[in-house]
Amino acid sequence: MTAVFLGIPTAPRGVGHLRGDRSFPDAARDSLRDGQLRANLGHATATIRGKRAAVVGEVPDWAELREAGRAIKAATMARLDEHLIALEEQVTARGGTVHWARDATEANAIVTRLVRATGADEVVKVKSMATQEIGLNEALEAAGIAAHETDLAELIVQLGEDQPSHILVPAIHKNRAEIREIFLREMPGVDPTLTDDPRRLAMAARAHLRERFLRARVAISGANFAVAETGTLAVVESEGNGRMCLTLPETLITVMGIEKVVPTWRDLEVFLQLLPRSSTGERMNPYTSLWAGVTPGDGPQEFHLVLVDNGRTAVLADEVGREALHCIRCSACLNVCPVYERAGGHAYGSVYPGPIGAVLSPQLTGIEDNASLPYASSLCGACYDVCPVAIDIPSILVHLRGEHVEAQARTTPEAVAFRALSRAMSNPRLWRLAQRAAGLGRFLARGRPTLPAALPPPASGWTRTRDLPTPPRETFTQAWAREHGG
Amino acid sequence: MRVALFATCLVDTMVPQVAWATAALLERLGHEVVVPAGQSCCGQMHVNTGYRREAVPIVANHVRAFAGAEAIVAPSGSCVASIHHQQAAVARRAGEHALADEAAALAERTYELSQFLVDVLGVTDVGAYYPHRVTYHPTCHSLRLLRVGDRPLQLLRAVRGLDLVELPAADQCCGFGGTFAVKNAETSTAMLTDKMANVLSTHAEVCTAGDASCLMHIGGGLSRLRSGTRTVHLAEILAATEEAVSPHQSTRPAVAR
Repeated sequence: MTAVFLGIPTAPRGVGHLRGDRSFPDAARDSLRDGQLRANLGHATATIRGKRAAVVGEVPDWAELREAGRAIKAATMARLDEHLIALEEQVTARGGTVHWARDATEANAIVTRLVRATGADEVVKVKSMATQEIGLNEALEAAGIAAHETDLAELIVQLGEDQPSHILVPAIHKNRAEIREIFLREMPGVDPTLTDDPRRLAMAARAHLRERFLRARVAISGANFAVAETGTLAVVESEGNGRMCLTLPETLITVMGIEKVVPTWRDLEVFLQLLPRSSTGERMNPYTSLWAGVTPGDGPQEFHLVLVDNGRTAVLADEVGREALHCIRCSACLNVCPVYERAGGHAYGSVYPGPIGAVLSPQLTGIEDNASLPYASSLCGACYDVCPVAIDIPSILVHLRGEHVEAQARTTPEAVAFRALSRAMSNPRLWRLAQRAAGLGRFLARGRPTLPAALPPPASGWTRTRDLPTPPRETFTQAWAREHGG
Repeated sequence: MRVALFATCLVDTMVPQVAWATAALLERLGHEVVVPAGQSCCGQMHVNTGYRREAVPIVANHVRAFAGAEAIVAPSGSCVASIHHQQAAVARRAGEHALADEAAALAERTYELSQFLVDVLGVTDVGAYYPHRVTYHPTCHSLRLLRVGDRPLQLLRAVRGLDLVELPAADQCCGFGGTFAVKNAETSTAMLTDKMANVLSTHAEVCTAGDASCLMHIGGGLSRLRSGTRTVHLAEILAATEEAVSPHQSTRPAVAR
C-alpha cells in the first residue's frame, strides 16, 4: 500500500476542550445578554488591566525584556526538537521518566496508566491548561479515578460543573455571591452559615482542600517552563495549593505542551519577570516551584513528564501562525480585549479563549473546526500591545482568515462578492460604475438622510443597530474631475 | 508641496465631504492638491476578510494610480496603516515582488492627515474656527498601528472656538472592525454601546476622529438613538473657518464649494 501524506496531524476530534459546539457569533449572542456575566467580567478585567498597567509601567526596561522574551521563544521554536531531546536526557538522568504523547488521546492513556499503576483511585491537580486542553479529568473519571482540582478558581469551576472561561482566572465569570452558592450546594460538610466574605470563602475552600492534599498519593500538574539544560520544571502560582500538590504526594505526573521548553536556566530570568507582571499584575508571584527529577527523601519519589504535541507541530509548520506557540499563558490579551470582555470566555468554545485562543485553537484543531474564531476580533491591536512576548495576534488573525477562505471547497456568496469587488476595485472604469450603482442606494432613502433600517442581509447586520447614511449623488473623485477637468 | 489626495473608497463613495475638507485644508495651507483619477481602494477590506489573493490587483491599481506622487495624504488612519503594513506583504506572498517593492516605496511617502500636518508640514494651528463642544475618539489603527499619539489633539487644541472635552476610556475600540461589524454584529454593537455611553457622558455636540469608517459606525449608532450628538471627521473641523460656519452647522461640508 502506498502511504499517503495527509499533513501534520492536528488535535483529534472527540477528546479534550478545543472546540465549541457553536460558532462564536452564536455563543456570544447568549453571553452578551447575560447581565450578571457582563458585570462580573467588566469589573474583573478592568481591575486586572489597571494592576498590570501599574506594575509594567514601573519597569524601565520593559520593552527590552519583552524583546528578549520574544527572541528566546523564536530561537527555541527554531530548534524545538533538539531542546526537547536535551530535556528528556536531563529529566531521565535525574530520575524522572519522560513520555511522548502525539495527541490528547495518547496523553490521557499514558496518565491513566501511570495513575492505575500506583493503585490510587484519586489524584490532586495543580491548575494546568494542558490537562484542561486534553480533557484529562474526564478521561480519568471514565477510568474510575477522581481528579480533584486544587486551584481555588478551578475548584469553583469543577464544583459548579462549569467550564473555565479565562486562562488565569477560570472562574472570572462568577462573583462572590455565586461562589458562595456553589460552595453551599456542592461542598460536603460546609458551614451552612457561610457568607460571601472572601476570607470565609477562602477558608471553606482551604478546609475542603487540606483534607485532599493530606490524603493524596498522586498529583498531576502542568508546567509553565521546562529548562532543557538542567531538566528543571517550573510552576508559578499564587495560592500555594500547587506547592502542596508538587511536594506532598509520592507520585508526580506533569503534563506539558512541547512548546513550554526553554533552553537554559538563564532564560527563566526573563520570563519570571514578564509573566507575573503581565498575568496577575504582581511584581513577583507568591509561589515559584522548581524541581528536577527525583530527590531522595524530599518530595515525590516518582516523577513522570508527559510531553504533549496535540497539534503543536502543525502550528509550528505555519510560518506566520507559529508565533502563537510563544504564548506563556499570562492572559494579558484576554484582559484588554474588548471582545473577550463582552462575550466572555465560553463563547470561544475552547479552553484557550480571548485573542490568543482565537489564534491558537483554530491552528491546533485545524481551521475548519474553529472557523469562526479568527473573525472574533475587531483587530483593534490592544492584545499585541500588552503581549509580554510580542505575539502579533492581529496579523495572525488576518492570516488565519486568509487560510480559512482559501481552504473553502465551495464558492460562497461572500467569495463571489469579494471577487467581483476586487475586479471592480482594480479597474478604474468598473470601479466608477460600481460606485454609481452604490449611489443608487440613495433612492431607497426617499429623501431621508439615512437608509431604511430594514435592509436584506448582509446589510441588515449593520442596519439592525446602526443607521447607514444615504449615499451622495456624486462621488468625490467624480465631482473633482468635473470641476478640475480631470 | 504637490500633494496627491487618496480619498479612500469609503469616503469617496459615502462621505465625499471629508475628502473635500481635506483638499480645502491643504490648499488653504498653500499646497497644490491633485486627485489621481484611477484611485479606488487600499485593499484592506479584502485582506482583513481573508481575501488576500484578491487584494493583490487592488494594491496594483493603487500603486498605478499614485505612481510618481511626491506625497500622498489620506484622511484615514486605517487605510494608511494598511498601506504601510499590508500592501507589500500581500503582494510578496503572491510572489509579486516588483509590486511589493513599489508598494513599500509608495508607503514611505503616504501619510495620515494629522501626521502629515504635524510631522511633514510642521503646523498645529491650521487657522480653523469651529465653535462647538467636541470630543475626540482615537481610532485603533491610528493609535496602535500608526502611533499618531496626540497629534490630532494638538491640532484640535489650536482650533479657535472649539471646546475640547476628554473622552473617557478613549483608547477602547468602538467595535467597528470592518466586516467584524457585520459578521459579529452583536458583539460589535455591545462595544458600540459602551463607546456611545462614553461619548454621550461628555455632553459634546460632536464626536470626531481620523477615520470615516469608525465614525460611520459611531455616528450610525448615535443617529439610531436620535441622540443629537453627531460625528464629524477631523478634516472637516480643521477645514472649517469663520466664513463657513453657520448657526445650524451639521455634518454637511464645512467648506465652501
